[in-house]
Formats: sequence, structure tokens, C-alpha cells
Amino acid sequence: MLESIKTFAADFFVTGDPLIYGADVSILLVTIAVIFVLTYFKKWNWLWREWLTTVDHKKIGIMYLIASLLMMFRGGVDALLMRTQLAFPNADFLPSDKYNEIFTTHGTIMILFMAMPLMFALFNMVVPLQIGARDVAYPFLNAVSFWAFFFGAMLFNLSFVIGGSPDAGWLSYAPLSEVQFSEGPGQNFYIWGIQISGIGSLASGINFLVTILKMRAPGMKLMKMPLFSWSVLSSCIIIIFAFPILTVTLGLLFVDRFFGASFFTLDGGGNPMYYINLIWMWGHPEVYLVVLPAFGVFSEVVSTFSKKKIFGYKSMVFALLSISLLSFFTWVHHFFTMADYKVDAFFAITTMAIAIPTGVKVFNWMFTMFRGRIQMKPPMLWTLAFIPTFLVGGMTGVMLAVAPADFQYHNSYFLIAHFHQVLIGGVVFGFFSGIYYWWPKIFGFTLNEKLGLWAFWLWNIGFYSTFMPQYALGFMGMPRRSSTYGWDMGWWPLNFVSTIGAFLMGAGFIFQVWQIIYSVRQGKKDTTGDPWDGRTLEWSIPSPPPEYNFAVIPTVEQQDDFWYKKQQGKSMKPTKYKSIHMPKNSGIPFIMGSFWFIAGFGLTFEWVWLGIIGLIGVAVSIVARHLQKERDYYIPAEEVEKTEASIGGAR
Amino acid sequence: MSKENQEIQKDFNAYVIGFSLSIILTIIPLVLVLYGMLDKTMLIIAILLAASLQFLVQIYYFMHLKENKNRGYILITLAVGIIIAVTVVGGSAWVMNF
Repeated sequence: MLESIKTFAADFFVTGDPLIYGADVSILLVTIAVIFVLTYFKKWNWLWREWLTTVDHKKIGIMYLIASLLMMFRGGVDALLMRTQLAFPNADFLPSDKYNEIFTTHGTIMILFMAMPLMFALFNMVVPLQIGARDVAYPFLNAVSFWAFFFGAMLFNLSFVIGGSPDAGWLSYAPLSEVQFSEGPGQNFYIWGIQISGIGSLASGINFLVTILKMRAPGMKLMKMPLFSWSVLSSCIIIIFAFPILTVTLGLLFVDRFFGASFFTLDGGGNPMYYINLIWMWGHPEVYLVVLPAFGVFSEVVSTFSKKKIFGYKSMVFALLSISLLSFFTWVHHFFTMADYKVDAFFAITTMAIAIPTGVKVFNWMFTMFRGRIQMKPPMLWTLAFIPTFLVGGMTGVMLAVAPADFQYHNSYFLIAHFHQVLIGGVVFGFFSGIYYWWPKIFGFTLNEKLGLWAFWLWNIGFYSTFMPQYALGFMGMPRRSSTYGWDMGWWPLNFVSTIGAFLMGAGFIFQVWQIIYSVRQGKKDTTGDPWDGRTLEWSIPSPPPEYNFAVIPTVEQQDDFWYKKQQGKSMKPTKYKSIHMPKNSGIPFIMGSFWFIAGFGLTFEWVWLGIIGLIGVAVSIVARHLQKERDYYIPAEEVEKTEASIGGAR
Repeated sequence: MSKENQEIQKDFNAYVIGFSLSIILTIIPLVLVLYGMLDKTMLIIAILLAASLQFLVQIYYFMHLKENKNRGYILITLAVGIIIAVTVVGGSAWVMNF
């Protein structure tokens, strides 16, 4: 009996690595600490009532933000481990199998469990406020999305200490990801972690599309809508059309692995290239859908801090929509060497065509700043850092789009440098800019600017010293995903510089965490609700906004309506209140997420009984919601008036 | 039964019919393949036929095409959907056949 438990545990838990034992201990300690703090301060009830069951978009946004920052920490540690291994030739800090696992989890976590939730955090925190709505179109579904994402991400992260991490790269190319080559549960963790959080992403996409189309304040025609909301709309269009492709692709891979089919193996009449073709049909639109909201953030920030209306509003909208459509026509550029030269020619041109709307946007931001009164506030700093960084990243992208040249440097460090430059320079800088910009609105206090400045420069210097050497390393022939190299290659000095840069970015992240903790205690309270002298509706209400956002839904007359009303000295303060219809909190999304987790865990270890229990739980949760009678309530007018009086109300 | 309830009942019926038809149209090709009932060309034609029929079924029963209220949205969504579907299917066929 004891023997069989021992063998089971040796299989079940990952053993034999000091790093993993360290992780085990720290997970245990953090769990105990969290349980202790919650019990000691009697906060369990508060946690359940205020957070786990909430359907309020602002709170869901905050939970997305916390989860994505935790994931950024995990993905960042992965990056630092890899850079430490590569700092010196012939290093044996990480053996090659561990290195494979770490680059896989780094990529997957950074895109799917860091960039996506950070994007949804901004969607949730900003969109309803910006279009003058009281919540998203489907508040309950919004909570379901969050918990599906959260439990999917937890399932994926569990692979580090239980069962073993996936190690077939962030897109798990077949045939390496097939059962013949990746037997263990690692690959199953990948499939189920992503499938479960993918449900959440797709539901969020639909939710925000409907919110934007249906819930805008009266008078806000689509062409008067703020550009961030436009960028969310275009991003949602991509989510809705791209995520089903991912679901199907991973579903087919699961069928291959679990039922022994052969969609992606040659021996049964399938072809691994089908997998590569399908996964990039999702994968390319995916990277555009995370960068579009960042473009939206820049449009808001540039306009607010230059004290000017955005230049070329219509062309901005047109550019966003054409990027979202064009993003579906470029996927082959990820495997030029696989396709025919005629195919290559077509996709090289479509890829270069993306540079046109993107260029339009960059010029519009520049023209907005031109002769504006620019204020160097933190969100503006990140925007200014973004422009040159993204420009270089975009131009190396056009270099990679030249199919014949791509044959030379695809899968080299040149490519690594390129996509980190667009993803960090575009997405991460953009979302940081957005977080600094809307932080006072959501939390009611501003972040300390001095610590933010340290973080800004550490990130930027770190970024350039990490990735500029990697372009050169790519030209010198260093292939991506190589776990070590010899002294004779001559790659040491540049790799060493790159590692130092990575640690500088890590220090930048620590400064940001410090900045947040410091500002929670010492930050300046935002009593006006409009700390940046903003232009759009979210600044017309107090910070943090009351749960119903707008006591009276404003009527919009033009683009940047709040700004012009401020200029004309018109007050948006309502005089008469009505009772407000609100959705009730519900525990079902959290419970449904837990059942998804159980189902995913069971299917990962191929314990079918556990998987079925989990799936039945999910079905029961859906039915339970259907039978629920009391889903909403009214806040009486007197209470609204009282709340508005106590927090200052709209201006 | 009030008018609103009747509408809901009608919607519900449409969903049930659409769902059942979709399942039937999925089972037909599965059975054809599992039991090797047709030769290869016919099989491919049969699968494609069942797939296109299911596409039409889903459009008709799930997408509220007959509603007059949001014609514009429906047409745009449908157009984009068809463009993407043609790209995914046609593009894959083009990329994979050389």
C-alpha cells in the first residue's frame, strides 16, 4: 500500500530539481499565509461577497489585473532563468529538457495568461465607463469568462509542480506534441489550460462586442465613440472569428492524443502541416487582437496629454477595422519555408500591407502631438517610448515578410528580437500606459510618479540592451530555442549583454510592484474624478465610480463630449434621480470555474471519471443559473441621491 | 399565453429543431466514414454536402436572419463571416496543395 502511494507520488509530483522544490515550498507557504490572513482578519465572508461572486465589471477588471500581474511575474521568472542559462557558453544551469519546458511555459503564459487578461482588465475597467453604460451587456457571462480564464491559467501553472510542464513550444507544433513524442500529462495541461481559458476569451469577445454596439449612451453615434472603444470593438471582431479556430485545432490534437486519431500524424493519412496551418490561422490574428487595444490606449493618451483632439479620427477608425480584417490574411508568413513560392508571394504582400494602416496610425499620433501642449505624465512617457520601439519592431517585421530573405533568418534570434520588440514595445508598453492612465479612475488614487520614472527607465534601458544584441545574434546564426552554445561560436559577449538587460527589466517590474504598494498607502487621493483633465465620459464621474457608474446616463452630442462641456462650463451634474436596475451577485460563475478545473485536471491525467464529474458539475451550474429566479434588483432613487451626495457626484 | 411568451416559445422551438438537424447532419458523414459506405470521391462530396447543409441550417435557425430590426448588423456580420470562412477553407486548401 505504502509502496504504491510512493510510486504514484513520484509520478504525480515533479521531483529531483531544487528549483521545483523551491516552488513547492513557496506555493505551500503562500497558501498558508493567505489562509491565515483571511481567517485572522475574518475576511472569508468579505472575499466571497465582494469579490468571488461579483458581477461588477470594475471588480472583475481588478481581478483580471491582479491575475495578469502574477502571471507576468511567473513568465518573467521563466525569462530570467533562460537568460541566466544563456549568459555563458556551455553553462549547465538548466539541462536542455528543463530549458524546453521553460521556453514553452514562458511563451504560453506571456501571451495567453498575461497579455490577454491584461487586455481584458482594461476592457472591463474602461469600456462601460467610456461609453456611458452601467455595466457590460451580460454581467453574469462576464464573471463566467473571468473564472474560466482564472481556472484555466491555474491548471496550466499547476503543471510546474504536478505532472510536468509541456515542452513542445508555445504553439505545440505537431508531431512533437503528439502522444508518441510527448507522452506525459504536460501536453494535456497545455490543451486543457488553453481550452478552458479560451471559453472565457470567446465569451468576453462576444460580451464586449454587444456592449459596444448596444449599450452606448444616447447620442453617442459609432463615429462619436472614443478610439479606445473602437479598438476594443475591432479586437472583439478578431476574437470572435479567430478563437473558434484555436478551439477546433486543439480539439483535433486532443482527439489525436486521446482517441488515437491521426489528423496531424503522417502514419494514418494525416499531416503535421495541417496543424501548423490551423494554429497560425488563430495565432496571427491573436497577436493583432492584443495590440489593437494598445493602439486604442495610445490614441486616448496622446489626445489627453497633448490637449488636442485626435488627428484624423476617421482614418484611425478605418485603420483599426482594416487591421482586424487584414489580420486574417497573413498567417502563412509564419511558415514561408513550408509553402509554395506563389503562396509565399501572396502572403508576403498581405503582410507588408498591414504596415500601411499601422503607419497611418503612427502618423496620426505624431500629428496629434504636433503643436500640442504636451504634458510628460507617466502614461504619456510610455506612449513616447512606444513609438520608436514599435517603429523598429514593425520595420524588422517588414524585413521578415520578405519571403526569400526570411528563408535565411526565420527561427533565428532575429525573429525572437522582432516579436519581443512588437509585443513588449507595443502591447506591454501600451497596457502599462493604459494602467497608469486609468489607475486613478478605478482605484481612486494616483501612483507615485518618482518610482514610476525609475520603472520606466529600467524597463526601457533593459529592453534595448536585451533585444538589440539579439538582432545581431540572429544574423550571426544563433537559432531560437537553443539551450546552450560553445565558446567557439563568438556569441558570448552579446548574450551576456542581453542577460543584463533582462535583469534590468526584472528590476523595472519590481519597481512597479513597489510603486503600487507604496501608493496604496501614500498615494494622492483623486477627489476630482478627473486627475488628467480628460476628454471622455469616464472622467465625468467620481473615482472610484459607484457600483452603478452613472447616476443618470449622460446624453452625448459630439466626440470628446465631456471636454467640450467642460470648456463651455456646462455641468453634467444630474438634478433628478431614478431608481437603478442592477444585476445581482452570483456564486455560480466561481463554482462553474472550479468544475471546469476539476474536469480539465481529470482529462489531463486521463482519469476519465474525474473529467466526467467535472463536466457534469459544469452542466449542473448552467441549469442552476437557468432556474435562478431573482437575478436583479433595484437601487432606490433616494439611495442613489445619498451616495452621490457623499462622493461628490458628477461634475 | 402572452405575446412575449409565444415569441420565446417560437425561438426555443427553432433552436431545438436547428440543434437536432445539426446533430443529424454530423452523424451522417461520421457513419459514412466509419462503415466505409461510399468510395473516396463520393465520400468527399457527401461530407462537403453535409457540411454546407449544416452551415445553412445554423444560419437559418440560430442567426435570426428573418428579423427586420437589425438588418444592417446581420448583413455585415454574415459578410465578414463568409469572407473568413472562405479564407480559412480555401486558403488552407491552397496552402496545403502544391
